[in-house]
Amino acid sequence: MTGEDLLKISKLLLEGLGTTLSLFSLTLILSIPLAIIIAIGKLSKIKILRAVLNFYISVMRGTPLMLQLIFIYFGPYFLFEIKTPKAFNAALVAFVLNYAAYFAEIFRGGIESIPIGQHEAAASLGYTKNQTFFRIILPQVIKRILPASSNEVITLIKDTALATTISVTEMFYYANGQANSRQSLIPIVIAGVFYYLMNLVLTMIFSRLEKKLDYYK
Amino acid sequence: MAILKVNNLYKSFGKLDVIKDISFSVKKGEVLAIIGPSGSGKSTLLRCINQLERIDKGQIEVCGDRMIDSSENGKVIYSDNELLRKIRLNIGLVFQSFNLFPHFSVIKNVMDAPIHVLKQDRKTAEQNALSLLEKMGLSEKANNYPFELSGGQQQRVSIARALALNPQILFFDEPTSALDPELTGEILKVIKELAKEKMTMVIVTHEMAFARDVADNVIFMDEGKIVEQGRPCDLFDNTANERTKAFLKRYNER
Repeated sequence: MTGEDLLKISKLLLEGLGTTLSLFSLTLILSIPLAIIIAIGKLSKIKILRAVLNFYISVMRGTPLMLQLIFIYFGPYFLFEIKTPKAFNAALVAFVLNYAAYFAEIFRGGIESIPIGQHEAAASLGYTKNQTFFRIILPQVIKRILPASSNEVITLIKDTALATTISVTEMFYYANGQANSRQSLIPIVIAGVFYYLMNLVLTMIFSRLEKKLDYYK
Repeated sequence: MAILKVNNLYKSFGKLDVIKDISFSVKKGEVLAIIGPSGSGKSTLLRCINQLERIDKGQIEVCGDRMIDSSENGKVIYSDNELLRKIRLNIGLVFQSFNLFPHFSVIKNVMDAPIHVLKQDRKTAEQNALSLLEKMGLSEKANNYPFELSGGQQQRVSIARALALNPQILFFDEPTSALDPELTGEILKVIKELAKEKMTMVIVTHEMAFARDVADNVIFMDEGKIVEQGRPCDLFDNTANERTKAFLKRYNER
């Protein structure tokens, strides 16, 4: 394989990288707010709501993401005979639904892990419910959930490769295609390097954030 | 003038009656100590008055404001939220486990509520917080975080935090129970200082010598009821009540 080939492959992979990154960032942007709502719903006193959310979370966590991708992509046609959605949109929906379930569990655990004494102290000092949540509880929750969240975020980068299953033209789609057509492992290795570098950056960002919040215990 | 009036208070957790028909009042400048064995309902009583538990029946009045009333058919009526909030600000509470906000520095713990709850301007709140910390002997710790402090220091910060809102009455829920014995002294000293300044206080405590020393009145509670109530000298030295005697004897033998 010549240097020119390597350049060609890299260029193609970078093209796919754009899709990978937009799937990654859109999933984060959409799933985190959804997860907060789900977490609050799970902490509410409405039993039916809690049961529905529990079922949703157990399905999302209990079945493979690849299966969910295929189901959401082909489901509309087989179930309702409507047009198959764009592959990218189907992937985005699947990723958002799946990751929101995981994030929701992390957030719920984080909120519940704050000692009841913090709520009581805030109440006895006259803070309103909103002030208590945003000034007292949430900052402490963020510190506690950072390590678990960074795990999810790093996994998400790697999981975007699963979108290949429904032919989303992200980085792994090209890597796999090139590997097949060139009968070579090199495209896969290059993709591996790209994934690794992205996660190196993410890990650095998260450990900085954790250090920043290390001023208290 | 009575700062606090509690009448015929009842509270149960499920089938367990924790407080059964308790009535007492606290006058301005009075220090009331509540003693009694674990599980006698002392802390629950404090938590009811501080709106951390809902009561089942009875009346509570703070500084002349009716906080909770009960109708004739036994329904509990809480005042509207605005009045409850006003009452809450008249009451300060010091917890057994301090419950400082770990993400705030010492001084922020003391001045955050004055700024965000009372809407004081930052400068006033800060000056007030600094002088309270000085009073607690913690001036040098203003910029430290709670985890860097000893238990006794943390508890003194939490007392300053409660005082920063200028409460009419201050409650202590076993303020030294989470502390090593050598650290309890510094808290008791602070409370004595406050008593000298005529701060109205209700103190749930297991420190009998301290209760005798600092309190104007003592209530002995057992199984959710007030067994005996009186001046420390009467209750500690001359009680005729068998249950009080037995309780004090157990304590003296320790």
